[in-house]
Amino acid sequence: MILDAKIPEGPIADKWTRYKATIPLVNPANKRNIEIIVVGTGLAGASAAATLGEMGYKVKAFCFQDSPRRAHSIAAQGGINAAKNYSNDGDSVHRLFYDTIKGGDYRSREANVHRLAEVSTAIIDQCVAQGVPFAREYGGLLDNRSFGGVQVSRTFYAKGQTGQQLLLGAYSALSRQVGRKQVQMFSRHEMLDVVIIDGKARGIIARDLVTGKLERHFGHAVVLATGGYGNVFFLSTNAMGSNVTAIWKAHKKGAFFGNPCFTQIHPTCIPVSGDHQSKLTLMSESLRNDGRIWVPKKKDDSRKAVDIPEDERDYYLERRYPAFGNLVPRDIASRAAKERCDAGYGVGSSKMAVYLDFSDSIRRLGKDVIEARYGNLFEIYEKITGEDPYTTPMRIYPAVHYTMGGLWVDYNLMTTVPGLYATGECNFSDHGANRLGASALMQGLADGYFVLPITIGEFLSKDIRTKAIPTDHPEFEKAEKEAQDRIARLMSIKGNKPVDHFHKELGKVMWEYCGMARNAEGLQKAKKMVQDIRASFWKEVRIPGAADETNPELEKALRVADFLELGELMIDDAYDRNESCGGHFREEYQTEDGEALRDDNNYAYVSAWQYKGDNQPEVLHKEPLVFENVKLVQRSYK
Amino acid sequence: MKITLKVWRQKNGKTPGNFNTYTLPDVSEDMSFLEMFDVLNDELIRKGEDSIAFDHDCREGICGMCSMYINGRAHGPLTGTTTCQLHMRHFKDGDTIVVEPWRASAFPIIKDLMVDRSAFDRVIQAGGFISVNTGNAVDANSIPIPKEDADKAFDAAACIGCGACVATCKNASAMLFVSAKVSQLALLPQGQPERNMRVKKMVEAMDEEGFGNCTNTGACEVECPKGISLDHIARMNRDYLVSNIVD
Amino acid sequence: MATAATGLFRSSIGRKYLMALSGLFLCTFLVVHLLGNLQLFQNDGGVAFNLYSAFMANNPLIKTIAYVNYAFILLHIIDGFYLAAQNRKARPQGYAKVDQSKSSSWSSRNMALLGTIILVFLIVHMKSFWFEMKFGNMPVTTIEGESYKDMYSVVVEAFSQPWYAALYVVSMFAIGFHLYHGFASGFQSLGIRHHRYTPAIQNLGTFLFAILIPALFAAMPVYFCLKNL
Repeated sequence: MILDAKIPEGPIADKWTRYKATIPLVNPANKRNIEIIVVGTGLAGASAAATLGEMGYKVKAFCFQDSPRRAHSIAAQGGINAAKNYSNDGDSVHRLFYDTIKGGDYRSREANVHRLAEVSTAIIDQCVAQGVPFAREYGGLLDNRSFGGVQVSRTFYAKGQTGQQLLLGAYSALSRQVGRKQVQMFSRHEMLDVVIIDGKARGIIARDLVTGKLERHFGHAVVLATGGYGNVFFLSTNAMGSNVTAIWKAHKKGAFFGNPCFTQIHPTCIPVSGDHQSKLTLMSESLRNDGRIWVPKKKDDSRKAVDIPEDERDYYLERRYPAFGNLVPRDIASRAAKERCDAGYGVGSSKMAVYLDFSDSIRRLGKDVIEARYGNLFEIYEKITGEDPYTTPMRIYPAVHYTMGGLWVDYNLMTTVPGLYATGECNFSDHGANRLGASALMQGLADGYFVLPITIGEFLSKDIRTKAIPTDHPEFEKAEKEAQDRIARLMSIKGNKPVDHFHKELGKVMWEYCGMARNAEGLQKAKKMVQDIRASFWKEVRIPGAADETNPELEKALRVADFLELGELMIDDAYDRNESCGGHFREEYQTEDGEALRDDNNYAYVSAWQYKGDNQPEVLHKEPLVFENVKLVQRSYK
Repeated sequence: MKITLKVWRQKNGKTPGNFNTYTLPDVSEDMSFLEMFDVLNDELIRKGEDSIAFDHDCREGICGMCSMYINGRAHGPLTGTTTCQLHMRHFKDGDTIVVEPWRASAFPIIKDLMVDRSAFDRVIQAGGFISVNTGNAVDANSIPIPKEDADKAFDAAACIGCGACVATCKNASAMLFVSAKVSQLALLPQGQPERNMRVKKMVEAMDEEGFGNCTNTGACEVECPKGISLDHIARMNRDYLVSNIVD
Repeated sequence: MATAATGLFRSSIGRKYLMALSGLFLCTFLVVHLLGNLQLFQNDGGVAFNLYSAFMANNPLIKTIAYVNYAFILLHIIDGFYLAAQNRKARPQGYAKVDQSKSSSWSSRNMALLGTIILVFLIVHMKSFWFEMKFGNMPVTTIEGESYKDMYSVVVEAFSQPWYAALYVVSMFAIGFHLYHGFASGFQSLGIRHHRYTPAIQNLGTFLFAILIPALFAAMPVYFCLKNL
């Protein structure tokens, strides 16, 4: 099968404008008769559901949380990029486009990224109009700050809670449509399967998490906006409920999975404190502006940080990357920390942490300045660790943060299943092999407010005569039966180990062999290990309670069962990609001094994996990446 | 350390509940309160018992999903902290901790410590927004907003909708939650066209949900994990009066 | 307008406006009442006090205000009980363990209880003096040739009984605690809050309405009771 990305003709700067002007649309009278299902209510889902509702479509929106306002977009701290050039520092759509392509290590599609950069400015306008309280200057105009990996200040922010404020903006727009009855909201509902009729996505099977009842919902089209799958690692900065189930089920029904192994590791997270650890907390990247990262020069040094004299400290980032020092990109900072810890220089009780030290900055700028800049982050740190970062260096360690991979989509954001769309983090499209800071929020809202509501017309315009399909259609029945059987099978195992036991085992394998650094041998080993964990999961898991009631353990089991399948695909993908790029670091492919070595001749493609059935190897399809507007160069931060 | 938990167990909204006592002999002080529940649940499941249901998601204090009434206080003994960010080092070896769900008729119990807070969503749906369709917006910098107003609006917008204000209020009043949204939008120029209508509709929706009345005890402000101020309640009281006078 | 007003006062916030307005009016009444009653301390055998009582009972303007006052008292009572009932309904099942010591004042949590104590006091108080003055068989005294109802001696007699004095003192504590929260709370309910002026309002509530006024009221029965011993 040849993947057709449906990229419009013409010069890159004109593609979107021209395409918008020529795309088939659905007239208002017909919109009233068309139903659209949106799964997920984060930035991408809430904005899409609200906008589609405003346009006149009948929308059904689903989220597993108790309210659409709680989707994990809410936890994003730093900010949102937009090519407004309010800072007058030479920013432009082209520069944002270029930075994003380069930051993604040349593994994303030019046309999509350019469109993202184009619509970025309208996002800020929209959010301000909704009442999002962005940070402002005394003159009353919007403030910008700089963010990693770029040379302009284009990041809009609302203290350290930008994601929260943007999500609440989208949530309010969504709530307005719910109030107008344009959108029907289904909270505490989890999608368990997509229903395909005559080759088109026509609905979903969802489980009401309160009653345990399975429900059938029809839609002329289905939009997935279900976020990333970082929780395959068990420990990540994702929310506890973040999961892959919706897109995995779509994948099994024919949607190709793009670049599954591209995972972003964030360098500054609070380290693991013990076996009880349930998730990891991110500390904003901005800390690296004033903190210096170091480990002791002596192995297994058990002295307290303050007792280690200056000349016995190894500021390894400053040593290895004199030009960028502590401000190297996320992937490089993360790997360097892992390298030191693996070599035996780690600190803290687990020895899996490095110091982030503010003492120099406090001496230079005074405690007040540091408090003004990072006070709230220092508070979070102290709350979690019980240590005061003003007097003791922070301990940090990298953690899984974002997954660039996701369902393969074309220029319309449609997957390989007609009528099935993927937006936001759950698609693969815009960030290549590495995402720049403050770009995830931009992509989620771009897709939801400005791209999908228009591109979906291309599909729906051909569907205006399709009547709502009754949910007693055999395909609905079949899909519901499959979900029912899977639940019954899980409930009947009645083993002796809780779901988390298997999830933790999976996470350890994924982190060890398919995490920050990968190699062919380890990946082969890991594949077998994941298969074994999956086998024992289906034999030994114990789920208390019943299926027809509120049952958080059953919810977890259904998710982990899918993670156990996804893990194997991530490993296959990492094994296939014999190069290092962005978040994907294959130890065999590095320069002499340990930097990632890309192979543009052989791997400038998107891996799109096709599911072929249980226990069958997946088939790899390649979408070649053509770069007409940027020149591919090796990233260097020395 | 050793911790004894007295936890409210209730199968669903229709059956009555009761307290069960659990003893955890080896709790690490680095655990979060919810991680302690993870450990307890792990044990319960291995023993073949039903695990304790509780709401939680982000576990970094921002999604507002966690909701436990701990030793007589919403989100436990630490001010400015959600349950997920409460760590066991704030308790002592040998402590007995009573854990209950939020209690309010507007927040019916779903199971154990889980409650239904969709009443909050319905209040927002009644008017907690600015009616602006996608694509209608003018340039973001075309309307300057004094920094002080923007900052105040942000402070109100910091509400995470967890419901601690309702849980802690002796009257189960939702005034802090509702006023935070009314106030945020009232402070911004974009919120002015609908200002009068918004406050009326949201108060009406709030009353319909069966929340109690505000006695101005101020407990909500103290227990709010985000420190939302009573200023916002005053602003809503003012706006509501004005909206009724001008109407 | 009529429907708007009924809608307004049927809402939770509208009912709080009623509580605040009636409560604050009653606070001003307390000040006037106190100033008049201070005549009891004049060492003139009750002349000033009896003149004052007669003035209060007969002046048409005062009479009108008095009816407004009764209306507000009734409104405050009825609305208060209504709100308390609604609040109880908002949490049908209470918590097994509640610790609000760190989040709110005792007064603020017990306004209905304090209000009920004050209501009991009010009934006794009205029966002893107001009812007697209006409908009772009052002793008569002559001042400058004219005869007046001798309220002074009724008051002195009542206050001389220790149980009666004790009831007064307890009730004044209730009023003190009620106003410790109530006075400032009334302003908040009306949306009057300012970072500079609100602390002043709170101080006024504490020192004048919660301490000084109840203390002076309580001093009267205590004075006469002790005098009689």
